Amino acid sequence: MSDTEAAPAPANTTRNTPTMTPDFDKLAVTAKELRRDVLTMLHASASGHPGGSLGMTDVFTTLYFGGHMNVDPKNPAWEDRDRFVLSNGHICPILYAILAKLEFFPHSELITLRKLGSNLQGHPDTHFTKGVDACTGSLGNGVSVGLGMALGARIAKKDYRVYVGSSDGESQEGQVWEMASAAAHYKVDNLTVLIDRNGIQIDGFTKDVMDQGDLAAKYAAFGWHVQEVDGHDMKAVHAALEKAKTVRGQPQMICCHTLLGKGVSYMENVPKWHGVAPSDDELKQALSELAD
Amino acid sequence: MTGQVATRESYGKALLALGESRNDVVVLDADLSGSTKTKAFSQQYPERFFNMGVAEANMIGTASGLASTGLTVFASSFAMFAVGKAFEQVRQEIALPIANVKICASHAGLTTGEDGASHQVLEDLAIMRVLPNMRVIVPADGRETEAAIAAVAASEGPAYVRLSRMKTPVFLPDDYEFEFGKIPVLRDGSDITLAACGVCVHPALEAAEMLATEGIQARVLNVACIKPLDEATLIAASRDTGAIVTVEEHQRRGGMGSAVAEVIAEQAPCHVRRLGMDDRFGESGDGAELLAHFGLDAPSIAQAARETLALKQKGR
Repeated sequence: MSDTEAAPAPANTTRNTPTMTPDFDKLAVTAKELRRDVLTMLHASASGHPGGSLGMTDVFTTLYFGGHMNVDPKNPAWEDRDRFVLSNGHICPILYAILAKLEFFPHSELITLRKLGSNLQGHPDTHFTKGVDACTGSLGNGVSVGLGMALGARIAKKDYRVYVGSSDGESQEGQVWEMASAAAHYKVDNLTVLIDRNGIQIDGFTKDVMDQGDLAAKYAAFGWHVQEVDGHDMKAVHAALEKAKTVRGQPQMICCHTLLGKGVSYMENVPKWHGVAPSDDELKQALSELAD
Repeated sequence: MTGQVATRESYGKALLALGESRNDVVVLDADLSGSTKTKAFSQQYPERFFNMGVAEANMIGTASGLASTGLTVFASSFAMFAVGKAFEQVRQEIALPIANVKICASHAGLTTGEDGASHQVLEDLAIMRVLPNMRVIVPADGRETEAAIAAVAASEGPAYVRLSRMKTPVFLPDDYEFEFGKIPVLRDGSDITLAACGVCVHPALEAAEMLATEGIQARVLNVACIKPLDEATLIAASRDTGAIVTVEEHQRRGGMGSAVAEVIAEQAPCHVRRLGMDDRFGESGDGAELLAHFGLDAPSIAQAARETLALKQKGR
């Protein structure tokens, strides 16, 4: 038995292989394409949440296409896969666009979003959508499910990682802090929470509705490893994801500073675009702004 | 009869047996492991036990995540908190995804006793039985508890098992087997039916004895499995006896009695009287005294049966 095996591990040993440096130019092209998909699906459904979807596109593009998420579209239930829980489930259009690009399901299904009989529900649902790992939508719940998945790896002695998408608005839910407390207590180091810090929630700017103060400092105080990044700088996001993988004995939070509606001029940082679909004209303008 | 035991104690014993026979069984508690009796499991299998602290919402979500990885998860707290504080998490993360999580909650009902109204949950059956995919079980004694825990562990999917704090008689036979969707007939009779669950089953049997001395033959049903509900046995009881008294330490509205009344009203109408708490909270006291005080002990059940039988005989 080697020394590392003999040492009492506080958590399961997580994957520590550096990811190959992605082609960031290619990632940028992918992100643009995904943003177009998001807007097209929301326009087709005439309801849904563009703001956060566009805001987190660069972070999630880096996660899924930058070599971090170990998943198999041909075997969505693969037990060794990395898990992704979108705890702020309302921004699922970007998740669906990513899963379609990875061919978990046909790209043509995207425009069925939110329609009767669609596999793409208004909020993520494991029964309907391949590649979705948790039923989410009610804020505060997904983070705990992610914690359970991460603890499951410990029991099964597997080395998969769990990524959780969350947000500053969601952080107003008390359950988030129950989770933060427990994840630190159990030294769950295969868990990385990606927080969309766009400063906006449905009712307006977060500082006006319920000021979250220094979220990074709060997580740090709970015992987490914390990084702050520009959520639109994919090199920085990639580096933060890499760094998180090397952390031992602590869960990790990456506070992603983003712009709600990023990429569409009239949406950027405008609270109303949290949850309104674009009209015909608005879609046209948005797609022209996001043309290759 | 082989002594007295609280169903929560039998739960603790059943968990230990499961821990031994199955390494996929994981247990969570919310700082009440000494009371819910998960502590013995935690000491025997520490790597498969997580004390989640005083944080029930996160406990339920975590249970769901663990279950999604293929584990069989038991989550315990007081019933008031597991159901009351974490209802939304139970709905969204256990019932909706059909997670393999068994919520086994103790200190349910009036017989929680001295802790009083804040801890005597009287609404949990109503809340849990309306959830799709959720099975709802209230074992009548320690023996049935062990059988029910083995049964929920052996079958995939969510279940809510309501457990009691108070020691009660172990009266079911040694070879008793728990079956989902089956209401065992504990005593046959053709004059009236007493349908009870949990700690009220034994008093119902005692009431049947009292009635027998008066020449009234009462059928006694153990409605331990409230969902899925054995409609055939209830319909037969209605047709054979023409009157049903239900007994539970729960609100009259929404609980086991309501579940029975729903079936009877739609499929085999007869006289139904529901005993339980009448739209009010409990109070502190000894468990057995509380049952008597609120009309759920054997003499009260017998009296309700006489009154219901009289209505039936008057044809009203």
